[in-house]
Order: sequence, then structure tokens, then C-alpha cells
Amino acid sequence: MNNNAGQAIRLKKEILVRIIKAFLSEDFKEQTRLIPYDMRPKGMEVPYRCCIYKERAIIKDRTIAGLGFAIEEDNETTLLSTYAQKALERTEISNKNLTVLQAACKGCNTNRIYVTDLCQGCVARPCESSCKFGAISIVNGRSVIDDSKCKKCQMCVNACPYNAIVKITVPCEEACPVGAIKKDETGFASIDHEKCINCGRCTAACPFGAVHEKSQIIDILKEIKSDKKVIAMIAPSIAGQFPGNIYQLKTAIMKAGFDDVYEVAQGADITANNEAKEFIERMEGDQKFMTTSCCAGYNQLIEKHLPQIKPFVSDTKTPLFYTAEIVKQEHPDAVTVFVSPCVAKRAEGFDNPNVDYVMNYEELGALFVAKKIQIMDCEETKYTKEASKQARNFGYTGGVAESVKASLKDEDKIKPCIISGLTKESIKQLKQYATNGECANGCNLVEVMCCEGGCIGGNATINSVRTAKKQIDNFTANSENIPKIE
Amino acid sequence: MDKISVKVCVGTTCFVMGGASLQELNDIIPKKYGDKVEIAASNCLGLCSINWEYSKAPYVKVNEEVVANATTEKVLEEIDRQLGI
Ligand code: FES
Repeated sequence: MNNNAGQAIRLKKEILVRIIKAFLSEDFKEQTRLIPYDMRPKGMEVPYRCCIYKERAIIKDRTIAGLGFAIEEDNETTLLSTYAQKALERTEISNKNLTVLQAACKGCNTNRIYVTDLCQGCVARPCESSCKFGAISIVNGRSVIDDSKCKKCQMCVNACPYNAIVKITVPCEEACPVGAIKKDETGFASIDHEKCINCGRCTAACPFGAVHEKSQIIDILKEIKSDKKVIAMIAPSIAGQFPGNIYQLKTAIMKAGFDDVYEVAQGADITANNEAKEFIERMEGDQKFMTTSCCAGYNQLIEKHLPQIKPFVSDTKTPLFYTAEIVKQEHPDAVTVFVSPCVAKRAEGFDNPNVDYVMNYEELGALFVAKKIQIMDCEETKYTKEASKQARNFGYTGGVAESVKASLKDEDKIKPCIISGLTKESIKQLKQYATNGECANGCNLVEVMCCEGGCIGGNATINSVRTAKKQIDNFTANSENIPKIE
Repeated sequence: MDKISVKVCVGTTCFVMGGASLQELNDIIPKKYGDKVEIAASNCLGLCSINWEYSKAPYVKVNEEVVANATTEKVLEEIDRQLGI
């Protein structure tokens, strides 16, 4: 993560804290209206942009996303206090989970191949001869690219002995594995929600922090404030995200206003066992491999872009599915909130009637900050059902395959192949497996995680992948093993 | 000269506001300074709860000196300054 992106993420979190504080104050609307002015008061030195007004405009946009609205739909004249009021009145959430902050986006050039001043106008002209599309000509002794012919193949970039030709990239476009985000004619990035698999890569890739998740935090706080029972379901990866252990975390979450907390790892135990049974059945049939099905980003990829792999994908439901089912059975009157590492799960939550809201780790963190809750000062509270070690390790790469393996009496039946991160390349690889009907090197269980490192690499995580994994391993070292299937 | 003591706040506010990534100091500091500098994690240093001071979290203390908005680079700079490098 570069420093700028780090600062942008910090800014997002600070705004979330302020929105929550505003909600908890006497006058939500007015306090929300003041957020840009409180953060950039008169006379303050301007940290990032050209002037204080632009900074405030950007903070306003970020606040709109934090209140759960699409920035694209803002007409610039609507006051933040009006948005706050609308958020209070809103009774439904939308399934367009990402929104782009236009004022911050303007900063980058469009994707293209560009000849720099380093061009020596040489005699050999390897650039010209390397181009298969006739896009390069020499004008006044300098190489010039005709953008209408250029296919961005980068042959010239590699051919130039002076490294004079460069590829200018738009980070979000580069990062998106399915071509769902593009700079349009206006120069702003926009998201094609039909194509978007909610992997969240663009949010992490943009150095300006211009892509935002639309938060449901106000909707959740409203439920908490009403007398309803609100239950948090925490994803396994959370064990590496906050100070203290998950028992102290449970107390902290309850202090923040929730009535109960369930470990989604509880559902992961069911997922692993079911997947193991299914694996045996499929391998005894005529299939050569099976892929896992717990990652929401991967499931949307299959739906929208990779239907050919469907026959090989496990029919087992996600840990969240089973957990939410249990919670709604035990508490039919409760409002359920999934606490998530990523934006992809927002889409899964939206489609599942047992999941009412999704709150990401940054938002939960902001809630702790706003309410001044110190997790390490909290007592431990036990969970009604303890999850297994393998289920608790679901959130990092390799963990799911390991849990399926550990569910079998004969663990050697499984030869796992791990996809850690959905990129253009790994999607190609999956396509290949689907076409061939088998995967490379005799592997028979493909674990697919949308994010590098697994869920601990999700777009809304707080900790780095390395330290998060360490923290989880320390915690799960003493957990019980997963039961084996018959 | 006494050892320099570095206290990285891993209280909830600091951790959430960016302190999580300061854990890399645990590896960097012993490598860079050997036993001249001692590093420890600390629960909430009590700095975040004053007014809106959470907005300057994460905090690190290098001896008595408070580094606000702490980054790995800033902390190393402060150590160097105190060591007179
Ligand atoms: S959490 Fe670091 S000073 Fe309070």
C-alpha cells in the first residue's frame, strides 16, 4: 500500500467516525452538514489538494458514500443535512455497492501508450517495425503513436532500446479483472454494475481513494436505536483484524449496541463438512475436479462471466448462508448484520433474505472509535457454539481446502490447487480448467479466493495480510479439530 | 546512554486508524538498531480520547516524545533524531 492510498483510507475511516458521532449526537443533520468544515476548518493548511474548497468538496462526496448514497447521483446542490435526513427515512438498501467519487478521480490520464522525450529518433526504428497495427510513424525525427490505431499491445514498449515508450495505466482499470470500470469520455471512471463482481480491487488500487463502498452504517445504527434485537455475525478473518481476542471482541461489539454475536466460522464447519461429502460423491462420479464455493466474489464471477465452470463448482452454501440460517431460526425476530472483510459479501447479503445488513471491518472499527470502546479492556464473552480450528482458518488462503481435507478420514484423497486472488490471469486459468474438464498436475480440489491472501486480503481489512495471518494462527492453535465426516 | 524505548499503541483507536501496519516496526527496529532501542506494544496511551484527537491516531511514543499520525518512517526519523544520527 503506498502512502497516499494509506492516507485516503485513513480519511475514509475518519469520515465514518464523524458520521457515526453525528448520528449519536443531538443533531445528526447539522453535525453531518458540518463534517467538511470540521475536518478542514477556515485557515487550515491544505494537506493534499489545490485549495480548501476542493478538499471540502471531496470530503462531502466521501460523506455521501458513508451515508449510503451514490455519489454519481449527487447534483452538488443537495446539502449533507438533506442526505442525512434521507438516510434516516430510507427503508431499503440498494445492490449497487460501489460508487466513484468524481472530484477525486479527475487526477489520472487515460490508459494509453505514450512516447516520452527520451525518444532519440534512431535510425533502426524498432518501434515502427514492431507495431503490427501500423500505429507508429516518425514525424520530425520522433516516434508518434496514432491512438486510433494503437491496440495497446506494448510491442513497441518492449522494442525500444532507450525505454522511451511507456504504458500509462489507469490503476482502477488495470486492477479490475473483468473490465467493469472504465474512464468514459468525460474523463471520469464509472462502474458497469452489470459486469462488476464486487471484488473491491478498484477501491484498493485507486491512489486517490476515489472508489467507495456505499455504507449501510446509518441503517444499522437506526435498527440498534429502535428496540429491535440486532445480531452481529462475524466472519472468520476478523480474528486477525483487531486487538485482543474474539471473546473480548464479542463484548466490545455488544457494548457498541448489538444484542448477540455469532461466529460465522460456525457455518464454515458446516460448509467444510458438506463440501467434503460432495467432493467424495463427485470424484466417485465422473468428475475430475471440484472448486470451492464460499467466496462471494468468485460466485459473482461465475454468474456473470464464467458460466462454463458451473458444473465443477460445489453446490455447498457459504459459511454465511448456514450461520444466518441458524441465527434466524434461533431468533426469528432479530435483525442480522454480517461483519465482513469485503464488498463482495454485500452482494451476497443483499441476495440472502436471512442477512439484513452488511458492515465491513473499517465500519466496525469506526464504530469502536466513535464510541471509545477499547477491546483490550473488555472482559471475555463466550460464544454459544465454538467453531473448529480449520473453520476459524477459513479466512486465509489455503484454509478452506485444508478444512475440506481435514473433514475426510482419508485426507490423501485431496490434492488441492489454490487460487489466491482473481486476476485476469487466474480467471484464464479457471477457464482452461473448465474447458479441459480437469486441472493441472492431477489436482482435484480448487480453492478459489477472490483476494490475494484470502479474506484477510479483503478490501475493507484493517491489518496487513502477514500480521493478520500470524494473529489468526496464534488464536486458532488451541481450537479443536473439525469433526470428520462418515 | 540509556536505551530508547518505543511504545507502539495498539489500543483500538490507534489500531483501527492505521496502527495495524506499524507492527512491521517489530521486525525493522531490532534489525536496524540492535539493543539500542527497545520496542513494545502498549494498550491505549490515553491520547486518543481527548476531544477529536483520535483524528491524529495512530500514536507512538519514543521515550517521552509523542509521534502523532505515526507512520513507520516518522517513527524511525524520531529514533534517529534522539540517537543523534
Ligand atoms: S488507542 Fe492509542 S492512544 Fe488511545
